Amino acid sequence: MSVAEINKNEVDIVIGALNADLTQFLSSWRTFFSGFHLIVVKDPELKEELNIPEGFDVDVYTKTDMEKVLGSTNSTMFSGYSCRYFGYLVSKKKYIVSIDDDCVPAKDPQGFLVDAVSQHVINLETPATPLFFNTLYDPYCEGADFVRGYPFSLRSGVPCAASCGLWLNLADLDAPTQALKTEQRNTSYVDAVMTVPAKAMLPISGINIAFNRELVGPALVPALRLAGEGKVRWETLEDVWCGMCLKHISDHLGYGVKTGKPYVWRNERGDAVESLRKKWEGMKLMEKSVPFFESLKLPESALKVEDCVIELAKAVKEQLGSDDPAFTQAADAMVKWIQLWNSVNSSG
Amino acid sequence: MVEPANTVGIAVNPTPLLTDELDIVIPTIRNLDFLEMWRPFLQPYHLIIVQDGDPSKKIHVPEGYDYELYNRNDINRILGPKASCISFKDSACRCFGYMVSKKKYIFTIDDDCFVAKDPSGKAVNALEQHIKNLLCPSSPFFFNTLYDPYREGADFVRGYPFSLREGVSTAVSHGLWLNIPDYDAPTQLVKPKERNTRYVDAVMTIPKGTLFPMCGMNLAFDRDLIGPAMYFGLMGDGQPIGRYDDMWAGWCIKVICDHLGLGVKTGLPYIYHSKASNPFVNLKKEYKGIFWQEEIIPFFQNAKLSKEATTVQQCYIELSKMVKEKLSSLDPYFDKLADAMVTWIEAWDELNPPAAAAANGKA
Repeated sequence: MSVAEINKNEVDIVIGALNADLTQFLSSWRTFFSGFHLIVVKDPELKEELNIPEGFDVDVYTKTDMEKVLGSTNSTMFSGYSCRYFGYLVSKKKYIVSIDDDCVPAKDPQGFLVDAVSQHVINLETPATPLFFNTLYDPYCEGADFVRGYPFSLRSGVPCAASCGLWLNLADLDAPTQALKTEQRNTSYVDAVMTVPAKAMLPISGINIAFNRELVGPALVPALRLAGEGKVRWETLEDVWCGMCLKHISDHLGYGVKTGKPYVWRNERGDAVESLRKKWEGMKLMEKSVPFFESLKLPESALKVEDCVIELAKAVKEQLGSDDPAFTQAADAMVKWIQLWNSVNSSG
Repeated sequence: MVEPANTVGIAVNPTPLLTDELDIVIPTIRNLDFLEMWRPFLQPYHLIIVQDGDPSKKIHVPEGYDYELYNRNDINRILGPKASCISFKDSACRCFGYMVSKKKYIFTIDDDCFVAKDPSGKAVNALEQHIKNLLCPSSPFFFNTLYDPYREGADFVRGYPFSLREGVSTAVSHGLWLNIPDYDAPTQLVKPKERNTRYVDAVMTIPKGTLFPMCGMNLAFDRDLIGPAMYFGLMGDGQPIGRYDDMWAGWCIKVICDHLGLGVKTGLPYIYHSKASNPFVNLKKEYKGIFWQEEIIPFFQNAKLSKEATTVQQCYIELSKMVKEKLSSLDPYFDKLADAMVTWIEAWDELNPPAAAAANGKA
């Protein structure tokens, strides 16, 4: 598949605005965002007016829009980094590409700027191969193929539900790790896309992600909020939880999740040591989540994504609810999310 | 276009790691000229050469290498009737080298594999990378999106559970190949000119529960941890199948590693694979395997070893019983293979009695 074959009308680029001035961000992406429709969702807790440069086909959503759709009690579900999920909710497109507003295009080893949007769409449009690991990684890309010993019956692959990109410069490390290695930056450009095998869990980062909204949209759940959740990624876990749910549901429904290229360049922002001062409960929640997802089996009867989310929410409440109120809140949020999804998207 | 590295002028590694703990096993039928270019990286190590085919042929080993060589007569002499489990006229015979080795680690490489270049043009010391891979933990229980977290410049990403960050012991390091890719015959026939020019600068752990096609061209493993499971099956002369030796071993070791909580890595190092084998010959060898693997894969995916199987040998014997029970109906070959798996373990234990193993355990 090549860049030329991408149908831009099938894609929404959803940007969560945690910063009011998007001039630098959007200008840096202009070449690659050109021709695409953008949805910018403003963090409802951000007070200043958004500053968006001219020349983009963009729809902006703010707290007012959220309240129109949800009623005033619900906008907390979409505060901070979770504001982007409102964009996922109201989009009408097949594919969503979402990039944090502190990231700019990266350069590949040859010095060319990486078209992250196109790479994500290519990843989503080509099959995934979760049932058997291909040692040459993506078998569908130019110059590669399935290796000897790869079963032929598995070579047509399955639909790709999500494409998880990576980051040069400031990698998505947690606060303790980054605080310990203050100078460490990711300079390693790994030239591969691969499917994360079925049943394997992974921490999906929301910084640079794309997904097939038609296939799995409702599974991108804005659910887990840390008590001290903040406006830097070190102080959140919403995307990691969302990713665990998404991967589990994708595995259950026979879809694939890819990881690897594209890279984006993540700018310096925040202070890991400062973030460490906050009581870092994310660690505890992850420890509880892992055995839960490992042993979780969704019922065979859950064939629709929405049903999978509801079943998952039930299981979270039953098995994790007593461990931490954050889990009960997450379960409730997941149920609420499906209700919202159904009501907003019922008119098709 | 990708070229092999020119190693003329590179000094022999002055600080080679684990020279007393690692053997290099090379199956050959032709010659070992390729070892000339590997001198800087391999000369400090002991070689075990397994000579396949006509035992009367003299195999020349380049000067300066310390080696032991076994031909078919030696294999028959050493194993007696148990020699029936070692393939003839197939590179699968290399596993005899694993069995007779007394070292902790094995590196095996094909005789048409040269030194590769990394993107900066530097010659890749494949053995050094394999050793790094084996000495560093694996992380099979949770996938790290930045690949090997223990590598310089990398780490575990946000959300990676802290309780899993110590990792587990690495049993196998599976390397890759530039130039001639390891394709099956049908793919070779369709894409005879395709060359692998993509250097993917990553090592990663293959998640628990996931099978993969293990290629024996550029492979290293911890013999103490997984050696007895590295049987390369019955291939070649008198057998209905070929080019599935390493695949068979790979499925077995992965099931056993998953069961015992050991890790399997894939990715770096690259070697430069110089020779494309004849796709028509390959097709004849692989033909049955292409159909059989459709049954074999689900077999391995569903194979459950018992709690009582706590050693590699016990796991392997259990697996052999399952092969006999579940795959014999596919073809009588699997009945023979299951028996050969048992013979292999018996031969392994004979050549590697427990007391001797304990003495060899630590350098």
